[in-house]
Amino acid sequence: MATKSTYSPSNAFTRWVDSRLPIIRFTYDTLIDYPTPKNLNYWWTMGAILAGFLGIQIVTGIILAMHYTPNADLAFESVELLRRDINWGRILQGAHATGSSMFFLAVYIHIFRGLFYGSYKAPREVLWLLGVIIFVLMMATAFLGYVLPWGQMSFWAATVITQIFQAIPLVGESILEWLRGGFAVGNPALNRFYSLHYLLPFMIAAVVLLHIWALHVPGNNNPTGVEVKSGQDTVPFHPYYTVKDTFAFVVFLIPFAWFTFFAPDILGHPDNYIPANPLVTPEHIVPEWYFLPFYAMLRAINFNVTIPFTDIVLINSKLGGVIAFFGSIIVLFFVPWLDRSPVRSGTFRPMFKWFFWLLVIAFVGLGYLGAQKPEGIYVAIAQAATAYYFIYFLIVLPVLGRIETPRELPASISQSVLDAAGDEAPSGAGA
Amino acid sequence: MTTKAEAEPTRRDFLYVATGAVGAVGVAAAIWPLVDQMNPSAAVKALASIELDLSPIEEGAEVTVSWRGLPVFVRHRTPAEIDAARATPLDELKDPQADEARVKEGHAQWLILVGVCTHLGCIPLGYEGEYDGWFCPCHGSVYDTSGRIRFGPAPENLAVPDYEFVSDTLVKIG
Repeated sequence: MATKSTYSPSNAFTRWVDSRLPIIRFTYDTLIDYPTPKNLNYWWTMGAILAGFLGIQIVTGIILAMHYTPNADLAFESVELLRRDINWGRILQGAHATGSSMFFLAVYIHIFRGLFYGSYKAPREVLWLLGVIIFVLMMATAFLGYVLPWGQMSFWAATVITQIFQAIPLVGESILEWLRGGFAVGNPALNRFYSLHYLLPFMIAAVVLLHIWALHVPGNNNPTGVEVKSGQDTVPFHPYYTVKDTFAFVVFLIPFAWFTFFAPDILGHPDNYIPANPLVTPEHIVPEWYFLPFYAMLRAINFNVTIPFTDIVLINSKLGGVIAFFGSIIVLFFVPWLDRSPVRSGTFRPMFKWFFWLLVIAFVGLGYLGAQKPEGIYVAIAQAATAYYFIYFLIVLPVLGRIETPRELPASISQSVLDAAGDEAPSGAGA
Repeated sequence: MTTKAEAEPTRRDFLYVATGAVGAVGVAAAIWPLVDQMNPSAAVKALASIELDLSPIEEGAEVTVSWRGLPVFVRHRTPAEIDAARATPLDELKDPQADEARVKEGHAQWLILVGVCTHLGCIPLGYEGEYDGWFCPCHGSVYDTSGRIRFGPAPENLAVPDYEFVSDTLVKIG
């Protein structure tokens, strides 16, 4: 809803500013009088929560950087001293570490919200693409940051993830040495990771601004997936959603505070309290929980892809795993064009719902499998779940649009709200 | 000039293209240092070779030494381990290579390998896994007593570094 601005400057100073740089007008139109569908449920509060956690990560991160030493001989100790000696250091470091977990929890809910309600469909494709870019930047930032404490898990995470690039045919080895600045991960890698870990959050913030801009051109999707048709369908962003978002953010702060104050290490690994040792790999290395589903896909490909009936290897198991790993992200960029159904919201798609929840189960299941030892039945289940992940996007979404008969859509957002109030119908669940 | 000639490139067009081309080369030349600074420096590359005295390593034992920042496994193999490696038919292997090609002639008891899993670079654990060779704890690759990949996601055998025997008990790696 690129509606007309309703801002009118109230005094001489704001009039003076408005005719030179209309920044007050922009803020007013974005956060105060922005017309928002009146039926948004709590799944729609993740955007504000994510913005809040980006702020928390940037502020705590800048502070941690004042006490951190990016040197392979000193990094581990500087983090330990930060936690023990610096005033409030234990809380600040804990907040930054657990903040990343809360950030990823919110982003996964946000992404699956978009997948269920078809928020990626026209005219919101660019909004979705920017979101996927933010997700990729987040993953890179979290990985780089995890390396900085320079414990055993940090070191081996850096080794394993950089080694992924060696799978690229022909130039893999050169790229690997270029990324590491040496034959193995060491001081050059730590320094550049620190530099990039400081840079990327500001790139995220920039893409977030584009994401919000792209949101405000077509306006919010909503649980019915029916576009806003009149002023009756909307309420002003303030106070309705400023309050709702703030409430949800505060609820999200409760587990965040609990983790930070009482169990800042519960989401991490004890091995990261052993200083990095290039000659010993920990018994069982696992990434942070938020990377486990993708890690499970990487490990699931343990077979070579050959030309049928010959032994000629087209894609070896390592390259195959890397293709699955990157493919699982890249496929997200094509979702707006893979889903052929004209109906946005999963609420009105009887077949889609089942496939969607199966995707959620497969994804959470991959998260569990990623933390198990890669042997026996776990490998087979991980292969099945990985296969379903790709089948959902590449086959289910295109085919369902042709064969599914959606339920009747409400005439408007207002109508759906009135219907739900009338007969307590579950169709607007959570609305 | 005829009207036809007006459509043909002029000296001014040529100058535009030439200026643009020189400019593009200049920009590329300016960007290259920004990229190349990330490559290993000469100081890193200069860590060339190490010498290792093998005499303290008893039969059935293995040591790990650091070479160019990478671990190198030096295993003093037992006759049983050598036999197990040599009895394996090549068509059972994912990356077929005879054991004889992975050691120096006359020094079959010494297996020297770069201790970096060919999957994603973890360090495999010695004397573990189904073949009593190496087992990589990261993603479950299993190597035999010749360091050849037998099971799991790793695509290739453990690499054999360049090395030579200076004498029967002294080896120079790199």
